[in-house]
Amino acid sequence: MSNGLLEVRDVQKTFGAVTAAKDISVSVPQGSIYSLIGSNGAGKTTFVNMVTGYIKPDAGTINFGGRNIAGLPPRQITRLGIHRSFQIAQLCNELTVEENMLVAGAIHGRTRPSFLRRSDDAQARERAMATLERFNIAEHRNRLIPELSGGVKKLLDIAMAMAGETQIMLLDEPTSGVAADEKFPIMDLVIDALRDEGVTVIFVEHDMDIVNRYSERVLAFYDGQIIADDTPDVVLSDTEVQRYVTGAPA
Amino acid sequence: MMRFSVFTYAAIGFVALAAGAIVLPDWAMFLFAMALAKGLVCLGIVGMMRGGVVSFGQGLYYCLGAYTATLAANFLGVSDIFLLTLLSAAVCLLVGLIFGPLLSSYRGIFFAMLSLALSMVLYGSLSKMSFIGGTDGLNIGAPTFLGWAPEGRPLQTALYLYVVTIVVISGALMRVYFDSEQGLITQATRDNELRVEYLGASVRTVMAYNYAFGALLGGIGGTIAVLALGHVDPEFAFWTTSGEFVFVAILAGYLSVPAVFFAAIILELVRSFSSLYFPNTWQLSLGIFLLIVIVTLPSGLGSLVSRRKGQNT
Repeated sequence: MSNGLLEVRDVQKTFGAVTAAKDISVSVPQGSIYSLIGSNGAGKTTFVNMVTGYIKPDAGTINFGGRNIAGLPPRQITRLGIHRSFQIAQLCNELTVEENMLVAGAIHGRTRPSFLRRSDDAQARERAMATLERFNIAEHRNRLIPELSGGVKKLLDIAMAMAGETQIMLLDEPTSGVAADEKFPIMDLVIDALRDEGVTVIFVEHDMDIVNRYSERVLAFYDGQIIADDTPDVVLSDTEVQRYVTGAPA
Repeated sequence: MMRFSVFTYAAIGFVALAAGAIVLPDWAMFLFAMALAKGLVCLGIVGMMRGGVVSFGQGLYYCLGAYTATLAANFLGVSDIFLLTLLSAAVCLLVGLIFGPLLSSYRGIFFAMLSLALSMVLYGSLSKMSFIGGTDGLNIGAPTFLGWAPEGRPLQTALYLYVVTIVVISGALMRVYFDSEQGLITQATRDNELRVEYLGASVRTVMAYNYAFGALLGGIGGTIAVLALGHVDPEFAFWTTSGEFVFVAILAGYLSVPAVFFAAIILELVRSFSSLYFPNTWQLSLGIFLLIVIVTLPSGLGSLVSRRKGQNT
């Protein structure tokens, strides 16, 4: 439980009378793929939000690269290499798919965003197109976001987060709102792309087939606590997990 | 290729506007100079609109720029138009850099009302300062141009060409900015602040930049206006003045830079002719005109020449 790329220790968070995180501790090694499971309100998204800076923990530490990042604003955490996608894809609806990627490229570029350099210069567009092609959505480049399917929106959301030098990617329900026949192809694309880059992945998921197929380790949340932390086979056959999380017969 | 186009359009715009110095009668040249000066202030609002906020208090910088130039001329003896413009621009930029970070935390009506409050504080303060004219304001003499002191028609022509030059340079630079990486991030901010923050950019910084640019342009516009009018008073910071700037910005939309100056000229023309022919109801004609534009062109006059991408392409 040590030397992980991400070390979460005794993290707590309460919202009024509700305890969303009780002494959460987890160590995520570099290059691993973790999934977070649990019923609604179990604390999965609170965990993701605390790691990515959306919520400041009441107590505990979140160490990344030897630095406690608990309470840092999202943009600083992103700059350190922890990126995320959202349950509801967060995109710029008035911009085209390519322009959304150009925004990501401009912010994640090697230099600070310029007041003079065109956002759509040849190099920037080439980089944007390469990422769009990798996620198989290049054909939609000139479309506005409201014209896209749920699956394409999800892929673009993840592609934008991947535009920078990502070390850890947190995916909040990457297949929610996606057509059933698109789920596995989308996950194949995403996981392959992240594996190729050596990115550590933590994803929140309700579909146990996806959890079983793509994760190397599973964290089961219940009532703000981690009740199981092991390989998918072990966690999904755990009686407590079956009772409180998956709903499968024990 | 595209960058070249911006400056080509700027050159064409300069020639077209500069031709006014030859063909326009005195009254029209004055009207155009005032419209273009106000257009500069409105361009600053358009910059903020691209980021999703509208300042109802650009009269602050319009007035501050005008008073800075007037005080520098009256108390320091500065008459050179370039020096006066630089001085006013610097003062307004400085104030914009102070207030920008404060206002950048606010959105929507809160941003609008706070910016309006700041301009009304200036209005109230200037009205009470009798040593700089109080509500009567101050006069400013004719400017010089690098030592040249024209009078009559040559003065008006020189001032008009100066305004045209500033407008063309400012317009081209703002177009370059709008098309730049920072410009695109501003547009993304208007659309989805959460995404921008989670990509690693500071939304507040983006907003503060745009506010500072608006302050700079407001100051330059105020300087030119006071030099054209020869007089400044606290009304420059009054809410109705700021409202006029917002009117032009809405009329123009945020898609096109030339549309801002075109809208400013339309406003001045409609107001001049309406007040001539319907002296008691000219605001009504302005209101009807704005309603027609909003209904027929919700993205402003600029949408006639600059369409958004997408739409089933």
